[in-house]
Amino acid sequence: MSTAEDIVTEAPAVEAVPKRAMTLGFGTSLVVLAVLILVPLFVKNFIIFQLTMLLIYALAVLALNILTGGSGQFSLGQSAFYAVGAYTSAILMEHVGMNYALTLPIAGIVCFGFGFLFGQPALRLSGVYLALATFALATAMPQLLKLGYFEHWTGGVQGLVVTKPDAPELLQAMASWFHKSISQDMWLYYFTLAVGIAIYIASVNLLRSRSGRAFMAIRDNEIAASAMGVDVALYKTLAFGVSAGITGVAGGLGAIAVQFVAPDGYTITLAIQLFLGMVVGGVGWLPGSIVGSAFIIFVPNIAESFSKGLSGAVFGVLLFLVIFLVPHGARQVAIVAQQLIGKLKKN
Amino acid sequence: MAMPIRHRVATALLGLTIAAASCSAALAQKKYDTGASNTEIRIGNIVPYSGPASAYGVVGKAMAAVFKKANDDGGINGRKINFISYDDAYSPPKAVEQARKLVESDEVLFLFGTLGTASNTAIQKYLNAKKVPQLFVATGATKWNAPQTFPWTMGWLPSYQSESRIYAKYLIKEKPAAKIAVLYQNDDMGKDYLKGLKDGFASDPARIVAEESYEVAEPTIDSHVVRLKSSNPDVIIFFTTPKFGAQAIKKVGEMNWKPVTIVSNVSASTATVMRPAGMDNAQGVISAAYAKDASDPQWKDDAGMKAFDELLAKYMPETNRVDASAMTGYNMATTMVEVLRRCGDDLTRANVMKQAASLQQFAQGGLLPGVTLSTGPDDFQPIEQLQLMQFKGERWQLFGDVISGEIVGN
Repeated sequence: MSTAEDIVTEAPAVEAVPKRAMTLGFGTSLVVLAVLILVPLFVKNFIIFQLTMLLIYALAVLALNILTGGSGQFSLGQSAFYAVGAYTSAILMEHVGMNYALTLPIAGIVCFGFGFLFGQPALRLSGVYLALATFALATAMPQLLKLGYFEHWTGGVQGLVVTKPDAPELLQAMASWFHKSISQDMWLYYFTLAVGIAIYIASVNLLRSRSGRAFMAIRDNEIAASAMGVDVALYKTLAFGVSAGITGVAGGLGAIAVQFVAPDGYTITLAIQLFLGMVVGGVGWLPGSIVGSAFIIFVPNIAESFSKGLSGAVFGVLLFLVIFLVPHGARQVAIVAQQLIGKLKKN
Repeated sequence: MAMPIRHRVATALLGLTIAAASCSAALAQKKYDTGASNTEIRIGNIVPYSGPASAYGVVGKAMAAVFKKANDDGGINGRKINFISYDDAYSPPKAVEQARKLVESDEVLFLFGTLGTASNTAIQKYLNAKKVPQLFVATGATKWNAPQTFPWTMGWLPSYQSESRIYAKYLIKEKPAAKIAVLYQNDDMGKDYLKGLKDGFASDPARIVAEESYEVAEPTIDSHVVRLKSSNPDVIIFFTTPKFGAQAIKKVGEMNWKPVTIVSNVSASTATVMRPAGMDNAQGVISAAYAKDASDPQWKDDAGMKAFDELLAKYMPETNRVDASAMTGYNMATTMVEVLRRCGDDLTRANVMKQAASLQQFAQGGLLPGVTLSTGPDDFQPIEQLQLMQFKGERWQLFGDVISGEIVGN
């Protein structure tokens, strides 16, 4: 192998993360879960909707985190997988009349296949070159969705309007015993939360499994990994597929929550936001996904409240501050907090 | 002198009854829904201040200026307008979030002038389910005129389809044998325009000999223009956005080709299209308009244009007055102020819709003479008229009558 090639295939500089540091402790997880379950009971429907979007973007960031933090590959094309998932759900619900919950696994499988296939040629590239290839995918996706050939299904430039599901009647009946009602937003939030928790647990277990170790071996040193008998090509495409599949489920949930899919909703901006969310949350730290997601949803709103004309600039300054002060994102904050608590306990 | 006691009691009772009756009558006059009170009317708005379409942010700023002026002049029937305008960066999911924030958190009376076809489609179902008016949306798509399915949504701009029907009417009358080539932007706007044109030529579809589409992301559309020329048409129509309109007119001029050229109203600005295209190339180009073009010197002493300029000078001096978006925002907000004034003390959502749907040939200073707003319970398309114009010398010259592009049976 020539030196030039060596430089090209060098693993991207992602800091190695020990397995245990990828997740939260059991106690902390329960506290976070309790907060996520209780908060919607006390806030307005609009906030519940925002929280639902928070969970959905967190899932998409988590998917990217598995790819980049787990297997060390970059992707700027997550918006394309998100779009495919969203359209799969929307088309199945509106044209086929399928139940919304059933469309999600299908969206996941379709995106897994799409990501796996895209990973086949893409795995020949690495680092920035792979990022560029996925970037091309993200730019092409909105135009593909507009193609006249698919227009009958996708609705072309007009997009598709999706019906929002009601809570199941059984749950509504139970709630009425307590003289409460479950709004569509609240139901969708808990539904998303359940899906999110399932995917989170599955992801944590995936990264702790044999496959997860193979991902991380590839991330840390590809040559060493293949010398130890890891099928580099297979695991790289697998990581791509899993990441795309989870993003697809997030996209499907997003379509149901927003009640609308259109090519304009899934531009390269979305891919960059997800990437941003991953960096802010901490690369390779799965719980950070929700922090990253909160950053991409709420910080633009904060920036807008400062100045309408300069919201982009204010957002940039805030982002710069975060990267400058805590370069490892939310993970760094969590570690510092943990150390502080440890000290307090000793005293 | 002394009135019998019984009489006095009766008189007092009568007085009380009258007082009570007049009191309840006064109460009945003042009716409010969420977002309106004795002192305030809260209006929500969503415009892309950032992102790919941030140039349209001026629309929102102009609207804010009109409402600020109305407040400074004493408000509307004594109530101040609180105009809450949010940024959606032209992204439909963000528009849904902002619309819900406006309705559920800021508790506005209605949404006004929300911009963008995709963003408005995304929030339409939600607003109609909540029975919150989505008034005067800032998009020219044809679908907003559907009072049966969406009784809480109303358009404002003349629809793209109405406009291209007017071109068809003109061509059928004035150039009966001409072959036509079309270049359109591959999005909802371009396709709406194309549909209107084809409907206009429904009796003779073979007249349209070539169609080309381009993507907004393309750096130049020269090759498309060259390809259209190869079909040898007599008339070329550009359904483009301003940047591409300028490129196309320039290219036609550079090729020394002299077809009858028509550009959509969207790209008819003197400042942003005709001048960049080159004044020589722009001579004779035909378009249609419904509003006054601030860069056109013929309106210099016009009362309506003066009012517009005074508003700009006082409330948004940083804005470029020839930016067509400023005029659009100004005109839309002027209509809104009029509708609210007509609502009187009955500021319920139903009454706002009712008043918006009962405009009768209402004229405004920023619109061309002869162009008026008319709505009805079955007509949610306020502006349907345009006037043809031709570029001569340094400016547009209006010609012919104001033509209606009304879409019958839609």
